[in-house]
Amino acid sequence: MTYLAKPKLHHPDLPANALGFTRRDYEGAISTLCAGCGHDSISAAIIQACWELAIEPHKVAKLSGIGCSSKTPTYFLEKSHGFNSVHGRMPSVLTGANLANRDLIYLGVSGDGDSASIGLGQFAHVMRRGVNMTYIVENNGVYGLTKGQFSATADRGSKSKRGAVNTDEGIDLAILALQLGATYVGRSFSGDKAQLVPLIKGALTHPGAAFIDVISPCVAFNNHDGSTRSYDYVRSHNEAVNRLDVITVHKEITTEYAPGAVQEVRQHDGSVLRLRKLADDYDSSSRIAAMSYVQGRYAHGEIVTGLLYVEPDATDLHESLGTVARPLNALGEKELCPGSAALEKFNASLR
Amino acid sequence: MEKRLKPTDIGAPGYFHKVVDCQWACPAHTPVPEYIRLIAQGRHADAYMVNWKSNVFPGILGRTCDRPCEPACRRGRVEENQGEKPEPVAICRLKRVAADYKGDIRERLPKAATAKNGKRVACIGGGPASLTVARDLAPLGYAVTVFEADSRAGGMIRTQIPRFRLPESVIDEEVGYILDLDVDFRPNHRVESLKELLGHGYDAVFVGSGAPRGRDLAIPGREEASKAIHVGIEWLASVSFGHVTKVGKRVIVLGGGNTAMDCCRSARRLGGEDVKVIVRSGYEEMKASPWEKEDAVHEGIPIINYRVPKAFTHEGGRLTGMSFEVVKAVYDESGRRSLVPTGEPDEHYPCDEVLVAVGQENAFPWIERDIGLEFDKWGMPVLDESTLQSTLPGVFFGGDAALGPKNIIWAVAHGHEAAISIDRHCRGEEVAVRPPPHMNLVSQKMGIHEWIYDNQVVPDARHRVPLKELTIALKDIRQEVELGFDPELAWKEAQRCLNCDVQTVFTAKLCIECDACVDICPMDCITFTEDGEEAEVRARLSAPARNPSQDLYVGAGLKTGRIMAKDEDVCLHCGMCAERCPTGAWDMQKSFIEMTHAGPGCRDAAARKAA
Repeated sequence: MTYLAKPKLHHPDLPANALGFTRRDYEGAISTLCAGCGHDSISAAIIQACWELAIEPHKVAKLSGIGCSSKTPTYFLEKSHGFNSVHGRMPSVLTGANLANRDLIYLGVSGDGDSASIGLGQFAHVMRRGVNMTYIVENNGVYGLTKGQFSATADRGSKSKRGAVNTDEGIDLAILALQLGATYVGRSFSGDKAQLVPLIKGALTHPGAAFIDVISPCVAFNNHDGSTRSYDYVRSHNEAVNRLDVITVHKEITTEYAPGAVQEVRQHDGSVLRLRKLADDYDSSSRIAAMSYVQGRYAHGEIVTGLLYVEPDATDLHESLGTVARPLNALGEKELCPGSAALEKFNASLR
Repeated sequence: MEKRLKPTDIGAPGYFHKVVDCQWACPAHTPVPEYIRLIAQGRHADAYMVNWKSNVFPGILGRTCDRPCEPACRRGRVEENQGEKPEPVAICRLKRVAADYKGDIRERLPKAATAKNGKRVACIGGGPASLTVARDLAPLGYAVTVFEADSRAGGMIRTQIPRFRLPESVIDEEVGYILDLDVDFRPNHRVESLKELLGHGYDAVFVGSGAPRGRDLAIPGREEASKAIHVGIEWLASVSFGHVTKVGKRVIVLGGGNTAMDCCRSARRLGGEDVKVIVRSGYEEMKASPWEKEDAVHEGIPIINYRVPKAFTHEGGRLTGMSFEVVKAVYDESGRRSLVPTGEPDEHYPCDEVLVAVGQENAFPWIERDIGLEFDKWGMPVLDESTLQSTLPGVFFGGDAALGPKNIIWAVAHGHEAAISIDRHCRGEEVAVRPPPHMNLVSQKMGIHEWIYDNQVVPDARHRVPLKELTIALKDIRQEVELGFDPELAWKEAQRCLNCDVQTVFTAKLCIECDACVDICPMDCITFTEDGEEAEVRARLSAPARNPSQDLYVGAGLKTGRIMAKDEDVCLHCGMCAERCPTGAWDMQKSFIEMTHAGPGCRDAAARKAA
């Protein structure tokens, strides 16, 4: 099998962003995933979000573990830094990288196997430490690489392609992230870029632990009747609670909405998240209300999507640890080796 | 009720044809991508036959065609705003490659009819239109007689196109293929009276006599200096037949069309050292094809624009030069141009000879006005534009004689249409009923990631045709300037063709709306969106569809109730959508579209059954 490269020619009117890049400049190699994979749509959404935010590609580090989802960083942002880590261990690599160089934007890409099975422990700790990152789980409820066994996020009672019924309880990673202290939690669907792209933009600008659970149908093994991760099922059970607009610092806010219909969240860096409410009774500023709402609707078979929770005054691991403000690679010998007098002083403080 | 977009009917004969921009623009509708693929495969003879069937003179047209296909070529549009200058595929010069490297194809040509059908057709004029009629009808059993005023067949192809653009051997070969079909060719026979000819009982008469009269310029001095002033096309014919072999050192060519370009380049080869073209209009608005202007400039011929000829200056019957008024273009509110004097003093250009190439007019002094054949107020025959039938039912027109001066490829297209009309007329069938083109649609999928056609889009800019060195080319008027692509360069240029005839075919009921095609499409052609009114939908596609001359391919019947809207405008036909489609809702299917020519296919169903 040979894969043809995507032609380099682009639409004559393709716009450029503030950096002079077109969307195509944020692409990567052509995907080798199965045709129709939801993950490819998520890659396209990441490309779109980074282009719209005019992020310099070399300021991004994309990290992943193992699995179909973890292959995808090859397919976007080819000019960015990348690290394909051990299965389920992406969070600790990301944490280490972030501590070493806090100036990069950290984008962790994982799957339901990588994050909810082998890497569940790592997932929990990266969330509770509040590492400044965007953590995306491409959640298809199935082990695609090993031909379609249920994953840990598959809903109890859903059916496999061959008809087996899942008897184990499914893990809801968004609920876990909420419980574990993530300060930006969203859920979306690979087939709804109008919702997904702003959510990713919001996460990328969020100055804390941002988590997005993206339901991403596996066309090869989990897109049949009886699946709760198929295109049809997700479309008919998707309950979006809000629509997000991300307004970066430099842009003026021009659109007007009726009072009460919009919730504005101003973040540290000055960017504004505008939430247009779709569900009247939904409050995305309350962690507990969010958990209760999502679980309540789940009991009715609905999948709640949108920006579920955001903490505007988020802090991150660097703040908790009181680390130095500059990346380690930007420190000189003087800062790194302050001399024996400084060591003496430090040791004395511990006695 | 809200306006809705109508789902595209891909079975409609015009839909996919229109997507193949080159073929749609070609008056004879030559299946261009088909023959370009054959050239790329080294199948030059096959490529030649595809051409020969549809445009009759591939070797001639491959050097001289007006190439309406090239401005239409999608490649020119998709290269906009990226890379160097956007340019179409060199379609015309690829055609020449097929002709140059085809080898001997005589075995593959139709044979002269062994049994005649008893019908007699007279063609007046031996140019491309008449020869096309002869080629289409003679193999069917018609007895075709071609009357030509000159000694050899070819018409303007032979008399007006200089040899440095078209060697005589090419004309002899391709004209010969037709005359060999047992066509009764009558050289040196000028038809002086249509009434007389009709008296010979022909079943049909085709008038393909061209636009033989060059327009003259009646300004002061024309009479006095007439020895050194020539009407362009007549001068070209004299050069072609060897009656004129030299020209004065300083030559002015008047006019901005292709004839003017041929005149100036010919003069340059017959001893003209200071040859200039002087034209009324601006350089951009000149009627000559851009490449013909470039060729003239390349040969050191200046083109001086915005000069209106006022007088020929002369001394004792000898031409001394010409004076011109300097004008500028002024556009009124409706965008209509007028040339207004700038007020600068008139300019005088000394010269020894002037070639007047300011247009051509038709003339039918040999058609009697009392035989039932009507003419309009401009002296042109009244015709049905699709059947080319005149008001005298058995008389048909084509080429420049029909609708005014055009070019060879239009003459061929007219010839095909007139042949259909004549075939139906001679069988007593309604001439106005026209046969639809033939189309078939075949999937190009062989397996996963395997397609029958080569769908890799190359980034190459247009390849230049190698030219003979200028000093050698200017020495001899019979020396062909263009060397043509060699097979290797032809292969490279052929790779630039986007295969627009390999169509993206969408089946809505198979689509699961996964967005894979939307994400992969390099040109952002595909959008799944809410239905609406066309102009409004066009504006909100992923990439707004701003070229209304290109259709939107609309698929309806999706589960979400949305529509699939694909802008055909800049589609690369790369097949990425079909490649990434998990359900086969997108497929790449080759649409082979072929015009129906005279013969059983153009006749009524009942007649076909009987035959």
